[in-house]
Amino acid sequence: MSTTESAPHRPDFPRDRLSPVSTATQADAAQQGKPRRSTPRQTWKAMPFLVKVSAVWLVLIVGGAIYAKLDQHVFNGALPLQDPNVQTNNFNPATGEFGDGEPLEGPSAAHWLGTDTIARDTFARLVHGSWVSLIVASISAAFGIIIGGLLGSLVGFVRGRTETLVMSIIDVILAFPALILLLALVSIFEVRDLFVISVVIGFLSIPAYTRVARANSLAVSNRDFVLAARAIGSKPRSILFREIIPNVLPTLVSYAMVAAAFVVVVEGSLSFLGLSVQLPTSTWGNMINQARGDIKVDARQVLWPSLVLSMTVLSLNQVGDFFQKRGAVRDAAI
Amino acid sequence: MGKLIATRLVRLVLTLLAVTFLTFSLTALLPGDPVNAILGVDAPRDQETIDQIRADLGLDDPFLVRYVNWLGDAVQGDLGESYINRGQSVAGTIADRVPVTAQLAFMAIVMAVILAVPIGVIGAYKQGKWQDTASSAGVQIALSIPNFIFGIFFIWLFAVQLQWLPASNWNRLSDGVLANLETAILPAAALAMTQMAIFSRLVRADMLATLQENYILAARSKGLSDRFILMRHALRPSSLSLMTIIGINFGALLGGTVVIETLFAVPGLGFRLINAINQRDILVIQGITVFVAVVYVVINTIVDLLYAVIDPRIRKS
Repeated sequence: MSTTESAPHRPDFPRDRLSPVSTATQADAAQQGKPRRSTPRQTWKAMPFLVKVSAVWLVLIVGGAIYAKLDQHVFNGALPLQDPNVQTNNFNPATGEFGDGEPLEGPSAAHWLGTDTIARDTFARLVHGSWVSLIVASISAAFGIIIGGLLGSLVGFVRGRTETLVMSIIDVILAFPALILLLALVSIFEVRDLFVISVVIGFLSIPAYTRVARANSLAVSNRDFVLAARAIGSKPRSILFREIIPNVLPTLVSYAMVAAAFVVVVEGSLSFLGLSVQLPTSTWGNMINQARGDIKVDARQVLWPSLVLSMTVLSLNQVGDFFQKRGAVRDAAI
Repeated sequence: MGKLIATRLVRLVLTLLAVTFLTFSLTALLPGDPVNAILGVDAPRDQETIDQIRADLGLDDPFLVRYVNWLGDAVQGDLGESYINRGQSVAGTIADRVPVTAQLAFMAIVMAVILAVPIGVIGAYKQGKWQDTASSAGVQIALSIPNFIFGIFFIWLFAVQLQWLPASNWNRLSDGVLANLETAILPAAALAMTQMAIFSRLVRADMLATLQENYILAARSKGLSDRFILMRHALRPSSLSLMTIIGINFGALLGGTVVIETLFAVPGLGFRLINAINQRDILVIQGITVFVAVVYVVINTIVDLLYAVIDPRIRKS
């Protein structure tokens, strides 16, 4: 996944270590003898305004996704949110009347963002669509951090043949254009549900994380504290789990944000191609694909999911960049 | 230099073997019997026909034997026949569609570079001023918008609102250059946007570093104009990193063509791949995947080698 790979090695990255903010933190850390873990409140205060906006947006998206699922599965639609799959103009056997909704309606009090081409509530579909993005992004991050992180930390620490073997397999997987390999993998499955899509994308996320983890593990392995641990006779396993991995993990977690941005785009592309989670489940990508047919009549129905998708990706990038920079400060401090 | 070429070529061959093996294994993993796909759902199935097809396809051989046979054929340009469109050779389909995708990719890279260089240079030259802030913000936003959204926006603006260009369809180059460009420019532009953002960010960062060099100071003290220094002295070293990032991003670009070709109904490799996936046409999926991966690997090797040719420091290390 070539675009995410280059993320931690931004060419403009080292300059930030020289900025006043970073030297202050470094000095603080040096005083205390070890890097200080900042509280959420401190992190929030350190965020530039735009990063704050991005963080709030991400919280809204995650909250919306969870709310929509609660509504669907726990409260059976009792919470105030329209049903994403009801065609509001359809005949309702319970009341014996046709619904008063119309396809491609403009925004109204009942339908905040109007209705789509078969009169379903766009706002509800958007909120429900965020669940798919959330799950795919989280599972891929989990795969990446747990499997890729473990693998990368391990081979960066033990080196030797294991490293050569693992890294050449990783290189082969990365030798494919990411989306093409994903399409080839996805085409194997006849049923494409959320589980299959997340696992396939998760599996394909492992190589990039492995590379990041290995690079960091190599650097950490050369630090004095690892030498000290060796000198007092710690077992390799305990060095790996108590010295290496705890120091590789923060980098991986902030990398996960930027990687998630890429994953959201990839899932969006897959949905747009009609090869992700199957209809009628709404995803941002398939909403865009369905609405683009009506672009001559109502461009707004394309606009909403496009806007939400792009803003989410932008926010993930912003917040991810912020944490990576903070991580670089931390790295300089240990 | 000779040694460098030799090691890169050996690595290339090994990677190609691994990549082809992986693609082949993917298709071997497929659930469901390809025989069913060939016979169709309604065909009468007597054991004899089935055995015949299995023998023809060599499905009863061990996996490695099948791989070696398939690879031998593939090297000679035989990737098998489409299951769905009987008689259509996979290699023929690919050959038919490569020019379209290649043209789109080429146009996208050219457009991206033409846009990215001035944006990056202005960002570096006016570092910290409003021009820099504006272009960096634009680049951030362009990076976050997926290419298909750019594509739809271009369709909405240029095809629906302004009605300057067609929303989809494709005219071959043989129909005339202008007719071809009319259909190619929007998809290429949609592909170019993300690349443009990545390239211009790189150019900016690179230029910032170059502008600190002593030779820039020397050029300035000679009284050369800023424009001359920027274009001649500062930009040239950046072309190296630009070339590398074009190579690295080529994979993402190829992935992008799949989505963009589907959106604009452009009859390229990507559009065919999506068709094949929807029809579960295994050999076509396999053929296109292997072809694209091989092209990507080869292009990256070429970029590596070119880099060494241009920059003597790499040659020595």
